[in-house]
Amino acid sequence: MHKLLTDKPGESMFLLGNEAIARGAMEAGVAFTSTYPGTPSSELSLNFFQMSRESDLYFEYSTNEKVSLEVAAAAANSGVRSMCMMKHVGLNVAADVLMSLAYVGVTAGLVILTADDPFMFSSQNEQDNRYYAKFGGLPMMEPSSVEEAKEMVKEAFALSEKLKRPVLFRTTTRINHSTAVVTLGELPPRTTRGEFIKEPMRCVTVPAVSRGLHVKLLADLDRAQEMAENSPFNFVEGSGNLGIIANGVSYTYAVDAVRDLKAKDRIRILRLGFSNPMPAKLIKNFLASCDQVLVIEEGEPFMEEAVKAFAQEGGLTLPIAGKTPSLFSRLYEFDPAMVRNCMASFFGIAHEPAPATDLSGTPALPMRPPTLCAGCSHRSVFYAVKKACEGQDVIFPSDIGCYTLGFMPPLGMGDFVICMGASAGTACGFSTVTDKKVVAFVGDSTFFHSGLSGLINGVFNNHNFTLVILDNRTTAMTGHQPNPGVDMTELAMENYNTVDIEAVVRAVGVKHVSVVRAFNVRKTMDAVRESLAFEGVSVIIAKEKCALYAKSLKQLKGKPFQVNPEKCKNHRECIDALGCPAFYLENGMPRIHTHLCVGCALCAQACPENAIVPAKSL
Amino acid sequence: MEPKRLIIVAVGGQGNLLASHVLGEAALMSGIPVRMSEIHGMAQRGGVVESALVFGEARSTIISDGEADLFVSFEPCEALRALKKCNPRTVAITNTRPLPPFTAVIGRGTYPDISEVTTILRDKTGRLIAFDATALAEEAGNSMCLNMVLLGTLIATGVLPITAEAVREAIRTRTKASFVDMNILAFEKGFAQAT
Repeated sequence: MHKLLTDKPGESMFLLGNEAIARGAMEAGVAFTSTYPGTPSSELSLNFFQMSRESDLYFEYSTNEKVSLEVAAAAANSGVRSMCMMKHVGLNVAADVLMSLAYVGVTAGLVILTADDPFMFSSQNEQDNRYYAKFGGLPMMEPSSVEEAKEMVKEAFALSEKLKRPVLFRTTTRINHSTAVVTLGELPPRTTRGEFIKEPMRCVTVPAVSRGLHVKLLADLDRAQEMAENSPFNFVEGSGNLGIIANGVSYTYAVDAVRDLKAKDRIRILRLGFSNPMPAKLIKNFLASCDQVLVIEEGEPFMEEAVKAFAQEGGLTLPIAGKTPSLFSRLYEFDPAMVRNCMASFFGIAHEPAPATDLSGTPALPMRPPTLCAGCSHRSVFYAVKKACEGQDVIFPSDIGCYTLGFMPPLGMGDFVICMGASAGTACGFSTVTDKKVVAFVGDSTFFHSGLSGLINGVFNNHNFTLVILDNRTTAMTGHQPNPGVDMTELAMENYNTVDIEAVVRAVGVKHVSVVRAFNVRKTMDAVRESLAFEGVSVIIAKEKCALYAKSLKQLKGKPFQVNPEKCKNHRECIDALGCPAFYLENGMPRIHTHLCVGCALCAQACPENAIVPAKSL
Repeated sequence: MEPKRLIIVAVGGQGNLLASHVLGEAALMSGIPVRMSEIHGMAQRGGVVESALVFGEARSTIISDGEADLFVSFEPCEALRALKKCNPRTVAITNTRPLPPFTAVIGRGTYPDISEVTTILRDKTGRLIAFDATALAEEAGNSMCLNMVLLGTLIATGVLPITAEAVREAIRTRTKASFVDMNILAFEKGFAQAT
């Protein structure tokens, strides 16, 4: 049985933040869950996926975050408690739904989890999604710890049902990927079937209806603010006239700093967990009890600006600070020592910061960047495209997935990456305003997510580019989640269909379509040359299952290769052009770690001397 | 309990997160407050994986530079890269078996000399235990047991109030059944290194 289905209230478990949140949702009776995978939210979805196979919980990997929120909105408007999870940038994709769903509301609890990523451990930006709550006029909750996250998600469902609005549950990587001891609660039965009651004057957002809905939204926001004033997730602790206002993990750093600075009776902390709408009265009372206030929040000065406005309304002139060059930055993550040092300096508390570690005498270390895996099919396609484009000036827009790593040497394939699904769209622009050839890359999951729209645009507007669909039969980067092109029967999953990428591409009107095996370098090069010669939109579908995914399905049949030392003339094309981590140098000569090699035979095709052969044959 | 802070660094695939989890479970069984944070980002693809464990009365799950009481590295070059987490009182443990990054293999960067690595670590920390932990893992039956070897050494330092028996119990209940005996053997071999 899945560990999060353990029905032993009171038992303690050491759980990852994402597991704790999933458990909290189960304890809240969530019955419908949907997502598009995105780190740092991925494990939350994985746990729901696994639990859905052992219980009556519904879970789906949707084609993108917008669709994911649409399906959840329908379920939550049919009386079924629902949760929709995504990473921070995913909410941009779902924002169109979010803004109007805020007006329409829900009939059963709907919690939307947005996992922000300060420091961009695995993201293209570090946007602060608290603004979405303000933007949409939606209540927002932000936990400070793993234990609290589990409890708070239950309250988020209750709040959503009280207000009949979706609630944003905002985490940061440091909540999602922290682990702590959590006490299990009761697991109630789920309501999995509901009823949709037609209410066109609430659910059909034509202008005449929406004008009324906006009035109602603002009235509910006032109710939400009253609730925030009295929420147990907004509390004051400690005593003294030095004030701190903190949210999320910043609160935990502040608590540790108060202890380290031995300032328990000098510093009082206002922690905001129910953080939109902000509790004006609570904040004004807090300000009135302090001589100076420091606002501690990662990301943007979301609370700081509001707090300063509340102070102005209340006629309070105490110093309030947060983001300034001498204190906190709007960049990256905070850490305990940095928060401690800022608190000591702002409040004038004597404190000897720990001296920086003396790193003198440390030699320069070789970098250890993430790389495409040994046997990754993307490497082969990048190599073939690069070879086929040699001597031509080509722009290579790329997209979001493992293959984004192709921009690094030695492959160097990827000139412009902005967001999910943008490679085809940007290819349209590049091909219009430059005289260069354009070859864009997109993965299979990303193609279904939103790459298809850009391709359709290219066909309709008669743009001139080649789109290479790197079809590795899974969503590899986030941990092998399925997408509409995946054959679910291989996972012993029934009642799914498979959407054929080639049929889709042909159906939208692409006239030049090639399908190749990713590891067949010569055929892939031929397909690239033919595509480049074609005027208009052409598509190359390069198929080969992700090596790690194939391994997990026990389908990896390749035998390792080895370098024949008698034939090798040390050109090092294998190492210098491919960058496969299965290679190493021994006495200056290329060799292959046979335990890493999966036998893709790419290097054997690249070697000018045919010196790379199946290991057994030597 | 006064907070004790532990940083573990490893290369993706070396079993850092499993070792951290076993230690966390052992702390849970022993009634010792524990919080952990994983820092892996995109590092699964052969990059660096770092985990931070905070034991005792602290709320943070991450550890600032210079504030590790304990430091364990599964790979010598990565020990040096994460040295900024240590201070002159830190108890440091490192495997001395190198796992050169691909960049060094192809000549983009030079892998440091192991004796230079251990000299620097010894000079800048309070105590250094450096040995070929991979060799001990192989002796135990599989190089994959490297994580359990280093866990054994860590417990043997006595810095954490967690008993070897609690860790053995966590190994028995939290690692793959077919690996338990090998893991326990690896743990004992590592334990003997620090005593």
